[in-house]
Amino acid sequence: MEANFAALAEAAPRIWEGLGITLLLTLGGALLAIVIAVVLGLGARLNNVFLRGICRAFIEFFRGTSLVVQLFFFFFVLPQLGVDLPAMVCGILGLGLNYGAYCAEVVRGSINSVPTGQWEATTALSLSKTQRMRRIIFPQAWALMIPSLTNYLIHMLKGTAIVSFITLADLTYHTEQLRQDTNTFFAYGVSLVIYFVLAYILTLMMNGLEVQAKHKLGRGDSLRETLSLKAPETTVAAEGGRG
Amino acid sequence: MNELWDWDAAYAVLPELLLAFLKVTLLVTVVSTAIAAVLGLVIAILRMSVPKPVAVVINFIGDFIRMTPIVVQLLFAYWTFLSVDAIVIGIAVFGIHYSTYMAEVYRAGIESVPKGQWEATKALSMSKSRTWIAVIIPQALRATVPALGNYAISMFKDTPFLLTIGVVEMVRAGLTFGGNHFRYMEAITLAGVIFLLASYPTSLLISRLEKRLAYNY
Amino acid sequence: MPTTTEPETVPAPATAATVPAIKFENVEKRFGDNVVLKDLNFEVAKGDRVTLIGPSGSGKTTILRLVMTLEDLSGGFIYIDGEPLTHEERGGKRVELGEKAQKQIRKRIGMVFQQFNLFPNMSVLENIIEAPVHVLGQSKEEATARAMELLESVGLPDKADAHPLELSGGQQQRVAIARALAMDPEILLLDEVTSALDPEIVGEVLGILRHIAATTDITMLIVTHEMQFARDVSNRVMMFDGGKVVEEATPEVMFTNPQHERTQSFLHAVLGNAEDQIGTR
Repeated sequence: MEANFAALAEAAPRIWEGLGITLLLTLGGALLAIVIAVVLGLGARLNNVFLRGICRAFIEFFRGTSLVVQLFFFFFVLPQLGVDLPAMVCGILGLGLNYGAYCAEVVRGSINSVPTGQWEATTALSLSKTQRMRRIIFPQAWALMIPSLTNYLIHMLKGTAIVSFITLADLTYHTEQLRQDTNTFFAYGVSLVIYFVLAYILTLMMNGLEVQAKHKLGRGDSLRETLSLKAPETTVAAEGGRG
Repeated sequence: MNELWDWDAAYAVLPELLLAFLKVTLLVTVVSTAIAAVLGLVIAILRMSVPKPVAVVINFIGDFIRMTPIVVQLLFAYWTFLSVDAIVIGIAVFGIHYSTYMAEVYRAGIESVPKGQWEATKALSMSKSRTWIAVIIPQALRATVPALGNYAISMFKDTPFLLTIGVVEMVRAGLTFGGNHFRYMEAITLAGVIFLLASYPTSLLISRLEKRLAYNY
Repeated sequence: MPTTTEPETVPAPATAATVPAIKFENVEKRFGDNVVLKDLNFEVAKGDRVTLIGPSGSGKTTILRLVMTLEDLSGGFIYIDGEPLTHEERGGKRVELGEKAQKQIRKRIGMVFQQFNLFPNMSVLENIIEAPVHVLGQSKEEATARAMELLESVGLPDKADAHPLELSGGQQQRVAIARALAMDPEILLLDEVTSALDPEIVGEVLGILRHIAATTDITMLIVTHEMQFARDVSNRVMMFDGGKVVEEATPEVMFTNPQHERTQSFLHAVLGNAEDQIGTR
């Protein structure tokens, strides 16, 4: 066991680097995904049949073709077409497009579930379509979509573990290296715990966003009030469990 | 040689892809879905019938499995049980991983059964097992079918992760072909198309089923 | 009835006194195969307070929603101050107006809803100044000053920074009234504004509306089950049934001496024993 920890200490800087890659992919992918999700989610509600059709096709295409296929397409096929992107860009593109398409459905669904009374009140006040969406509907939909977005963020974090196949030395890649110096159980145990802690932190952060968003809608305490109460462990576990 | 799309290559790789699709991708999806569906139900019921501290432990294990990458779990199991066939490892890991999701679906389904149903079983002095089997599960299951279907599709699209433990599923087959012929275009694209052709109609079917179930409730 | 001799121009500019605030012309409204309103014609003069009564499903709320353009008009025309609201007759054809033109007219109309429909992502004050600032282009200071006046008049001057959901139903509805008035509407639509409120706070909301009715000349179209309120504020009551006006009269006549048999049975069902009190108070 001591030898294990010695090996781990030695591998720590590399694992730290791998962690950086994993985080960069997750956050970069998430940023791209949310932009795509909002654009496609709004686009899929347009009256214009042509534009709406394009958005729908885009969503179904990227949801339907599997993350790994998309990553490999960007990494292996695009160079054949003369487009040579860095592996990191391929990774972020693949993750962002795939999960962006999933999240677009979340955005669309949340917008549609803002009560009709809210839409009608904007008509009664003569707000324009843009004002209506930007100032009234989206802020309310935002609170509704966060739990689902959290799920997809965790999915994305987990999805990054494949990127060593497109030459990125992420956390999983360095775990593999560690396995050769320690034993299987130890190496993967460390890796799984790190992923779990990352996922947990991301979930907590998203829960914070949700609390804040709900507070803005007059439901529940502010984030500061919530934090000062120090949320008990079990509640968080239950939150994370909204599969 | 360097044109955008080479039909010869496409025709050459298609049978290999379809073979891998049938032999691995579909097999893993079907068997693992069955495992996840059963195991998930067991976990969900267990969690509600054991003492609270035990339930907390079960919850934590479930969260842990759900919140860590399936790729790392595959590698972990693969290197731990070296004597076991990689595809068996794959089926087991997918089954267990998704059972934690399905347990959540069942939990929601069970919680959606009205309290009065539980009270009625008590008033009739029904046994615990009869309560579950005859009253709760049949009502809970109905609402969970679409969600289970969606997770099956999600698992289907996750099957390429199997290539990390050397299982030749569809994408791996495509990569190998691409590496041998220095052309990835046809193999990867066709793999994507097959995924799309299989998953899109299925998800349409499920959303239709979802609507129908919602109406009949 | 104006004759349709000059199809290109707006109906002849009549004097303000003769142009009705609201005019329904052969209005038809269908939901699928279900015809809710058919061949409906009526006018509401400027400053009129008209209450629509009738059994549920008689189409009274639909009329309000049509005026607010919350429902599409299936047939016929609605005119606001003589100008077409959503459709106009052009060369003998019924043509839908552009969004811009519709919006210009819609701005003159305000509505208070049964479920308040305050925006939960904004404070009370923000709810009230939202449209004046972003639709009418008022400055924030100007809109805020007016909003505070309105809050004062609905008895909630200290709730400006409160959150809508922190307020009671009655308070929310009072804010919603202030929000509608902040747009300085020429026409105010009140759609069962007390139906979602507990009986003991209905009074506070109706009191404010009575005050508004007494101190302004806003045209009001009201759907309500509060017959005493209808009697107090309106100068005309229209009884609807099956998408048609069955009877129309002043409240005095309508509540004490209804002519039509269906009005009689409706009022009897709604008022029960209170019928006599309403008549004599």
